[in-house]
Amino acid sequence: MGLFKRKALKYDKPRDESISQVFKKGDTMTRLSFFVFGLGNIVNKQVVRGIIFLALEILYFVYMIIFGIGALGDFITLGTAEQGQVYNEALGIYEYALGDNSMLCLLYGVITLVLTAAVVFLACMSGKSAYCTQVRKAKGQYIPTFRDDIRSLFEENLHAFLLALPIIGILIFTIVPLVFMILIAFTSYDHEHQPPGTLFSWVGLANFKSLIASSSSLATTFWPVLGWTLIWAVSATVSCYILGLLLALLINRKGTKAKGFWRFMFVLSVAVPQFVTLLTMRTIFNANGPVNVLLRDFGIIGATESIPFFTDPLLAKITIICINIWIGVPFTMLSTTGILQNIPADLYEAAKIDGASAPVIFRKITLPYMLFVMTPNLITSFTGNINNFNVIFLLSGGGPDSLEYYYAGKTDLLVTWLYKLTITQKDYNLGAVIGILVFIILATLSLLTYHRTGAYKDEGAFQ
Amino acid sequence: MKTKRMITNAACYVLLTILSIIWVLPILFVILTSFREEGGSYKTYIWPKGFTLNNYKELVMGVNSKISGGTNIDFTRWFFNTLVIAIFSTLLSAFFVLCVSYVMSRLRFKMRKNFMNIAMILGMFPGFMSMIAVYYILKGLGLLETGTLKQLSLILVYSGGAGLGFYMAKGFFDTIPRSIDEAAYIDGASKWDTFIKITIPLSKPIITYTLLTSFMGPWVDYIFAKVIMGNDTKYYTIAIGLWTMLEKEYVDYYYTQFYAGCVLISIPIALVFLLSQRCYVEGVAGAVKG
Repeated sequence: MGLFKRKALKYDKPRDESISQVFKKGDTMTRLSFFVFGLGNIVNKQVVRGIIFLALEILYFVYMIIFGIGALGDFITLGTAEQGQVYNEALGIYEYALGDNSMLCLLYGVITLVLTAAVVFLACMSGKSAYCTQVRKAKGQYIPTFRDDIRSLFEENLHAFLLALPIIGILIFTIVPLVFMILIAFTSYDHEHQPPGTLFSWVGLANFKSLIASSSSLATTFWPVLGWTLIWAVSATVSCYILGLLLALLINRKGTKAKGFWRFMFVLSVAVPQFVTLLTMRTIFNANGPVNVLLRDFGIIGATESIPFFTDPLLAKITIICINIWIGVPFTMLSTTGILQNIPADLYEAAKIDGASAPVIFRKITLPYMLFVMTPNLITSFTGNINNFNVIFLLSGGGPDSLEYYYAGKTDLLVTWLYKLTITQKDYNLGAVIGILVFIILATLSLLTYHRTGAYKDEGAFQ
Repeated sequence: MKTKRMITNAACYVLLTILSIIWVLPILFVILTSFREEGGSYKTYIWPKGFTLNNYKELVMGVNSKISGGTNIDFTRWFFNTLVIAIFSTLLSAFFVLCVSYVMSRLRFKMRKNFMNIAMILGMFPGFMSMIAVYYILKGLGLLETGTLKQLSLILVYSGGAGLGFYMAKGFFDTIPRSIDEAAYIDGASKWDTFIKITIPLSKPIITYTLLTSFMGPWVDYIFAKVIMGNDTKYYTIAIGLWTMLEKEYVDYYYTQFYAGCVLISIPIALVFLLSQRCYVEGVAGAVKG
């Protein structure tokens, strides 16, 4: 018992106060700690902790003076000096001068902003830490030493210790790039404005306008591509789900023997890496591929004819959806098998006694039950299909190309168009706008559907 | 009644057989073509005229002098490139995922809900929207100077954001009864001790699952590898390497070897996949069976 008491006293934390409360109740040293980090800690003998705070602050200011302030200025203007030839009067010749690089200006600006946000966070931590110590001192309590701080990383601050590295990773590889790309959507960073040769600048919402509501080829590309993206996502999700469910039922029904064998036949295709199956499918449906060869052999088409599986716009769409069924159905079969076995058997027996036929049982019992359990999965696979880069890119590459479209083909999804715009066409601003629009579509769709589903509203309905 | 049932059963078997043929044929086509003796790409027939192991031999030994520029195709090297990248990024991302999911499942702190919401929102942006920015950040850090550094940056790209994919493992940790943790605290263990000595050993299925799924990533990723590696064929991973073999200048010679490569890659990946499925089932079932 004694052990617990001492521990409790040692780590007695004052109630978690908001920043304004801390500022109001804190003494001068605490208030100053918001500006001179670690001051409150140093004067109260928590020297190491205070010095770490202070050192971080000094580092930040050194960075700002040497580099950061300039970077913020460049961030606002995105560079002023264009690369080009400058007349050198002393020598009487034109010299080649390096100009500003707008892209780097933007990137360094984002990094500086993120660092500044981190320092503001640090200021709050410093203030709170000083306040904590102040309260403890006033109550005559034990003031933790630096060694206690280290120990607390394995105890009540374990979350900070474990999250530090993952969060740094997420910051560098997800958040900073994302902020950077979102900002690019508001600039003129396209194929005509390529740093370091030329500068680009802030253009506000102009890119959104020209993509959504203009008479240029951009808007006439965007809406059809969006339409096909939605059609694709709905039909791919629904077809794979329903057919996969039916296949699972077919294998799981009482009369079927050798269930493991049948399942294996279908799982085989799942186990092959997706890009291998996709590239194979592309060759199989090629103008001279095996399918056309077979059709010629059977005399369905002429000896020199071939069915344009990937070159006719409508047929290409149908082919892609069919191939996607081939890929997706075994996945659904795998994931539904377990859930199917969980449907209470008495539901089926009761239905049979009432004389329900198999289709009725499927419609009234199996489907509602499966939809109830799997709606979150369906939403995820719908989102996955909207972003399904691999299937389109590796099968048709977005083709057949269309002259009415702005660097897009008839089967391009928004994401593959995004890829073409950024990688091939170097219209980074348009790519970023498309990314943001995809995000908005996905976020609203998932919020709307998720809140309406039974799984969310009524968790116990089938229990 | 009995005849009716027999007819239904027969119909079901016929249907299943047809479907299985549809699902197996393309795989059979891959295997057949990988053993095909005749070179060249498309043929006017499907069943090969002759069978040979040479496609495999030439692919693995790297006998590629038949066409000019063919020395770029180095399957064995690509294989080991991918293996190294896969191993390191697996270890790193599994570490990230386990840390984050344990924290989210077990520890309570102020920013917890916020973190989970942010993770969900970040997941809704198209993954490679930020690819260009990542490319420039890596370039800015000087990580794209040499081929080896490029491999390092590929590892970082594959594992850097891994901490966001914590849902599955968190769900698993949630099923470990809290009473086990509390018993450990009473015996004087710190939270760190509990994580290392109690939770981790109880979580074998989910750890294996995390390891296996992140191991498969580098083998099948095409986009990021292509953007980062560019034309550095020496440092290619398997996926972009195989893709290269289908390009117009190579396809006539490498068509059959491409399929041999596909078969070689599919076997280990298939094994890893089947293994991960077993762990997935155990992982969903939870830690302590009651």
